[in-house]
Amino acid sequence: MPDTTYLDANELVINMGPQHPATHGVLRVKLKLDGEKVLGSEAIIGYLHRGVEKIAENRSYAQFAPYVDRMDYVAAVTNGMGYVEAVEKLLGVEVPPRAQYTRMILAELQRIASHLLWLGTHALDLGAMTPVFYTFREREEILKIMENYCGARLTTHAFRIGGLQYDLYDGFEKEVLKFCDYVGPKMDEYETLLTTNRIWLRRTKGVGVLSGEDAIALGVTGPVLRGSGVRWDIRKVQPYEAYDKVDFIVPIGEHGDTYDRYLVRMQEMRQSVRIIRQGVDRLASGPIMGKVGKIIKPPAAEVYHSIEAPKGELGYFVVSDGSTHPYRVRVRPPSFVNLQALDPMIRGHLVADVVAVIGTLDIVLGEVDR
Amino acid sequence: MVDQPKVPPSGGSGETPARPAPAEGSTAAPSPKAGAAPGKPVAPKPALAPEPWSSPLLDELQKGFPGALSNATVFRNLPSITLAKEALLGVCEFLKSEEGGGYTLLTDETAVDYPKREKRFEIIYHLYSFARNDRLRLKVLVGEDEKVPSVVGLWPTANWLEREIYDMFGVQYEGHPDLKRILLPDGWTGHPLRKDYDILKQDVAWVQANLGIKSGQ
Repeated sequence: MPDTTYLDANELVINMGPQHPATHGVLRVKLKLDGEKVLGSEAIIGYLHRGVEKIAENRSYAQFAPYVDRMDYVAAVTNGMGYVEAVEKLLGVEVPPRAQYTRMILAELQRIASHLLWLGTHALDLGAMTPVFYTFREREEILKIMENYCGARLTTHAFRIGGLQYDLYDGFEKEVLKFCDYVGPKMDEYETLLTTNRIWLRRTKGVGVLSGEDAIALGVTGPVLRGSGVRWDIRKVQPYEAYDKVDFIVPIGEHGDTYDRYLVRMQEMRQSVRIIRQGVDRLASGPIMGKVGKIIKPPAAEVYHSIEAPKGELGYFVVSDGSTHPYRVRVRPPSFVNLQALDPMIRGHLVADVVAVIGTLDIVLGEVDR
Repeated sequence: MVDQPKVPPSGGSGETPARPAPAEGSTAAPSPKAGAAPGKPVAPKPALAPEPWSSPLLDELQKGFPGALSNATVFRNLPSITLAKEALLGVCEFLKSEEGGGYTLLTDETAVDYPKREKRFEIIYHLYSFARNDRLRLKVLVGEDEKVPSVVGLWPTANWLEREIYDMFGVQYEGHPDLKRILLPDGWTGHPLRKDYDILKQDVAWVQANLGIKSGQ
């Protein structure tokens, strides 16, 4: 943020948020403007801070698992997956294949749900009213599958340390494949609404450009990094669960602008459908729980485990002192780190583009503030 | 593989392949990869404690920064090196460069509080190298009144991460462009992730003055 003590006659400092529909939660952005042009900005966060990492130190390993769902509450499945995998890594537990494939299928469904929510709200922010109704309609189908599987729609707590609590219900495979058949043509529909829409192009092309080097320097991960042309996806480079056994490609952008990030996420949803189909195809019967004691008491050690969450690299750094409660759990939230790129991305743009860039970063304030 | 008397597994008993039963009942230091049952080929047992780490990169670091590295271990394929505070920036710069492995992405920076130690904070850096597809953990031990050299100059992403550490632990940084609280309000007193900060504790004066309520609990 440039100095706001002395302003030129035509300079102005305004607050965008914390209550603002386009900030996707309680984000406050202090903008220094020259007319409509952004000279600098400062993101002020913490309105949703609940002290998740402190709570972790006062819960046992299993008790803390539901809390992680409340960070990125539109992608609870992947949040939970990262945590249980980190603890499994600490314990040295191997998860049976059926549980691995189930996790992968549900995580990819969650990725589609998260991207659908992003697409709808991002388009709504930029003035395209229609997509949000369509994307929420399709997202609803995913939430129904989640509800049928574990009884919850959003904060699912779908996985347990060591595997799964529930086996898949009868007809799960059929329902998921039906959804895959259903959602493909719907994605074509969204693309007819947006991909070549002239207003959409004018609002997104060349807006919020982030080069690959800058993205790496700022620690940005996930679709934002890939939109800047860096082909890096943890599912590929350091595979977990069964991602090394399925076939998919990692789409990347070229220019690092808002439009490219849009295309990357659209492609990612199609790749997720591919992964889900392969996962369902290879889902074999077998146990769903690995060998985990009733009391989870890991050795005194530290692990860092990260997964490719819909928003980027979600990492858990778990420190154990050999007792039943974690000594420290650090969450490396993708939204928090990605939001740091907001200021360099909006400098020199118009106020309306701030909305576009906040949307394209795809942040969830529950995860930024934890 | 719990470090205590065996308890029955909670599901799928006997079906999981490639894992010997976690039958050790002692709490003595484990001997990794030694306890596999004879006969059938089984996957090595996961280690129960960090093991010493050796690699060409470590040798190079030891040559370039003699005396600065104190403890190099590896656990679950992630090496961890403890550094002297003075050598931090030099080591980071080297690791970021091409000859040092190209660790260009600072994935995470965080801290852990051990109030009983002489130097109570461990500052932890997780680095990633795109060239090697490899992660590396660096640790720096600092006391309560010591300042940590900021790595913002090397990795701009450290800006918010270090602000969060300052906010949550009260660790001071040297060379940080804008060290102030990030998640908690500016006027708050106390650093909640310190171990001596109770989970129910809060800055009551701040809550009363700013929220108009008696207590946040």
